[in-house]
Amino acid sequence: MNFEFSEEQKMIRQAARDFSKKLEADVIERDYKAEYPAHHIKELAELGFLGMITSPEYGGGGMDSISYLLAMEEISRVDSAVAVIMSVHNSLVLAGLEKYGTEEQKRKYIPRMVTGEHIGAFLLSEPEAGSDATSQKTTAEDKGDYYLVNGTKNWITSGNTASVYIVIAQTHPEKRHHGINALIVDRHSPGISCGQHEDKMGMRSSDTHSVMFTDVKVPKENRIGEDGFGFTFAMKALEGGRISIAAQAVGIAQGAFERALSYSKERKAFGKFISEHQSIAFKLADMAVKIENARNLVLKAGWLKDNGKPYGMLSAMAKLYAADMALEVTSEAVQIHGGYGYVKEYHVERLMREAKLTQIYEGTSEIQKIVISRLLLRD
Amino acid sequence: MSKVIIFAENFDGKFKKATFEAVAYGAEIAEKTGGEAVAVSIGKVSNDELASLGDYGANKVLSITHEALEMLDARVYARVIAQAVEKEGADVLIFTVSNASKAIAPRVAVRLQAGMVYGASGLPTCFNPFTVPKKVFHGKAFADVVINSEKKVISLAQNSFGVVMNKKEAGIEQMDATIDTGLIRSKVINIEKSTGKVLLNDAEIIVSGGRGMKGPDRWKPLEELADTLGAALACSRPVSDEGWRSHTEHVGQTGKIVAPNLYLAFGISGAIQHLAGVSSSKVIVAVNTDKDAPIFASADYGIIGDVHTVLPRLNEALKKFKAEN
Amino acid sequence: MKILICISNVPDTTTKIKPTADQKAIDLANVQWIINPWDELALTRALELKDAAGSNIEKITVLTVGEKIVEPTLRKALAIGADDAVRVDAAPKDNFYTAFQIAEAVKGQSYDIILCGIESSDYNGSALGGMLAEFLDLPGISSVSKLDIEGDTVRVNREIAGGFEVVETETPFVAIVQKGIAKEPRIPSMRGIMMARTKPLNVVAPAPAEPLTSFVAYHSPKPKAACKMVDAENVEELINLLHNEAKII
Repeated sequence: MNFEFSEEQKMIRQAARDFSKKLEADVIERDYKAEYPAHHIKELAELGFLGMITSPEYGGGGMDSISYLLAMEEISRVDSAVAVIMSVHNSLVLAGLEKYGTEEQKRKYIPRMVTGEHIGAFLLSEPEAGSDATSQKTTAEDKGDYYLVNGTKNWITSGNTASVYIVIAQTHPEKRHHGINALIVDRHSPGISCGQHEDKMGMRSSDTHSVMFTDVKVPKENRIGEDGFGFTFAMKALEGGRISIAAQAVGIAQGAFERALSYSKERKAFGKFISEHQSIAFKLADMAVKIENARNLVLKAGWLKDNGKPYGMLSAMAKLYAADMALEVTSEAVQIHGGYGYVKEYHVERLMREAKLTQIYEGTSEIQKIVISRLLLRD
Repeated sequence: MSKVIIFAENFDGKFKKATFEAVAYGAEIAEKTGGEAVAVSIGKVSNDELASLGDYGANKVLSITHEALEMLDARVYARVIAQAVEKEGADVLIFTVSNASKAIAPRVAVRLQAGMVYGASGLPTCFNPFTVPKKVFHGKAFADVVINSEKKVISLAQNSFGVVMNKKEAGIEQMDATIDTGLIRSKVINIEKSTGKVLLNDAEIIVSGGRGMKGPDRWKPLEELADTLGAALACSRPVSDEGWRSHTEHVGQTGKIVAPNLYLAFGISGAIQHLAGVSSSKVIVAVNTDKDAPIFASADYGIIGDVHTVLPRLNEALKKFKAEN
Repeated sequence: MKILICISNVPDTTTKIKPTADQKAIDLANVQWIINPWDELALTRALELKDAAGSNIEKITVLTVGEKIVEPTLRKALAIGADDAVRVDAAPKDNFYTAFQIAEAVKGQSYDIILCGIESSDYNGSALGGMLAEFLDLPGISSVSKLDIEGDTVRVNREIAGGFEVVETETPFVAIVQKGIAKEPRIPSMRGIMMARTKPLNVVAPAPAEPLTSFVAYHSPKPKAACKMVDAENVEELINLLHNEAKII
């Protein structure tokens, strides 16, 4: 069993790390002001991170999952908002299109997304349907050569800045979730409007909006897969996306841990550095174990995916464990910083706010437990 | 017995501290090995100025002037120096780490098939084998380097030996050098002198003020000190927070991280966050009224006193020192 | 125009540096290797020149003297944008030996500009570029903080005491470059990393040669001494200490 990264994977990780150093300069300010990281996303695109796992046939980097997950972790160490924009774009939209789209759909949408010219967004959640994704109230009425879309989507990352939406909507309510379709929708279609920018607890630099559809016409050829494939499509896309979010959680925890470790070696109390007090040293040890565990789950899930093996169990385990431990680790990091941990300048309070979201989105921790237990109890 | 040649670089006809230090270093090596130290000067330098090299131990000064040598061309200079080496039968060459020396010394080393140590941190610790100490990894470690060749080139790091006086009567000799101007393939089309302010990030000396300065209108003595030392100005966080100084001067964990040769902290208590920004300084000097101020734990030199009493005294004494040196 | 950049493989600048137990070497196990920062800036400048509109640069080559361990660093240089790489298969024993190897490897290759960083961040030498220029019997300009190409001539800023000279030079020549030559190093793009897989990395045998110097021992610096206190009435003593003891003014 080889636990070493290849030279190329190391190079990619280092490139992501070097890029993340640029994010550090203004991350606190952008989070505070909830300011979209436009110039950073531009550079992220120029470096090729917004198409890194897409096939070179469509202009992507064709990199493996491990490389991608390492890059996600590195960027999340500093700025999860940039990381989530990257994750949705790569793992949900691009990966979904590449796996299930027709050749025409791929050629039409992918090339301008891998350059970052068009950002992708994934529209599944609704005001009344989050975890219960089967209860789609957004409708996509079959009108012959087009679908008519009506409804509201919630919590959409890149809701306003995206150009390419994948919208999950109900076409045949009588078939329940077998009647759901996934449609590629141009964000600038008439009838689409974005609600205000959500004032979030964390990852505030990414633009999250509700999106309203009023009689939006979507050409039939924009449907992904067979009629009624939408729910399966969404679940499959999320299965891959959750590994990426797990990597994000690992990155958040790692970033907090490194800051806590460094602080503990500089801060003195009762005549010695706090790292020399066992209570703090033990906290650091616990944090390190959790992060190592989470990272290993993430990498194994990525390895299974790259090697064409079923990865549903591991991806859910990785997401569940990484998100839960990220909240624990970031909270401890704040604690280790004492009063300094409570103020913005020391980053850790922001990381803690960011960690919380990883337990909620792209499948709550509770949903991950449903996925895992169902797989365990299946036969 | 080592015949030592020192490249005595002049700047508009005058020698600087680094040149005197190199001569003193070379003279010491000559003395320790029962040899002689010859300073080689290229360019138009007055006899009085040339003779001053004797104060630092030069037994002789070779002066080479030629109009083709007005502009530095390392290829030409290297050949000229090699000729001097040949003429004097020298085996050890000393350079400084100036811009010109960096360009010339390696070329001379190749011409003479001489092993070269750049950035020597002190006298050779041993002459057989000829062993020269130097810093490596930006001072994180020290190394002993043996030069195995017959001829040896050493570029002396600044402030590694000291400008040590060693009065000798140095005879001045004019040397005719053979110069191939065909080697010159470049020309200087403009010269720009840099002005004024030293940037914090590049500064070798930083003068920094903290809360103990007591107010923005009391910064003049620091500015004066910075001027005398050619230093950049910095401040601690409370000072920039209060608006006494620009945030661009704020040095510390959440401000700029600096690594000057000399960091002078006036009225700064030395909180960890500030120290995190300056701990890579080579030498830290602190002035504070509080004997228990944490800064003294990180400083190399300290004065317990009121900054406003110490500063004027320091300014005056430094001006005097600069004038004498 | 063809440009060559001589790059050196060095430990990451945040590495903890300690001599080995026998003090004969620096402990380089578990070191993260990087391109020497000054060489990386030289490469960055070359790439900027190549990318510029109307550029006449057809090829950028990077070369290192080193054993197989340096290849990831060469691949990074390729990923950042160099066109091809050469590795002279020998440890860089000292500045003279390394410069000689490079000279032998590039003889007859007709590079128009050879770039070298002015210092290496490991052994802090500053001789390679000058030695190389002399071995190749080429003109060289050192302390270069700016480099521009105008047709067939090259214009550089050469630092001097208190300022800089603007120098125009013919090619071929060696430029020994320092801070200012480029703003910041490039991050390899994913495309660059992909292409690095297939760009040529040629390994050549070293020429027979011997180094003229050897590093025989290493020690850690002495631990920091306690603060030396000076009387407030006696500032001259402080100046004296700074001048004679610390040797810093």
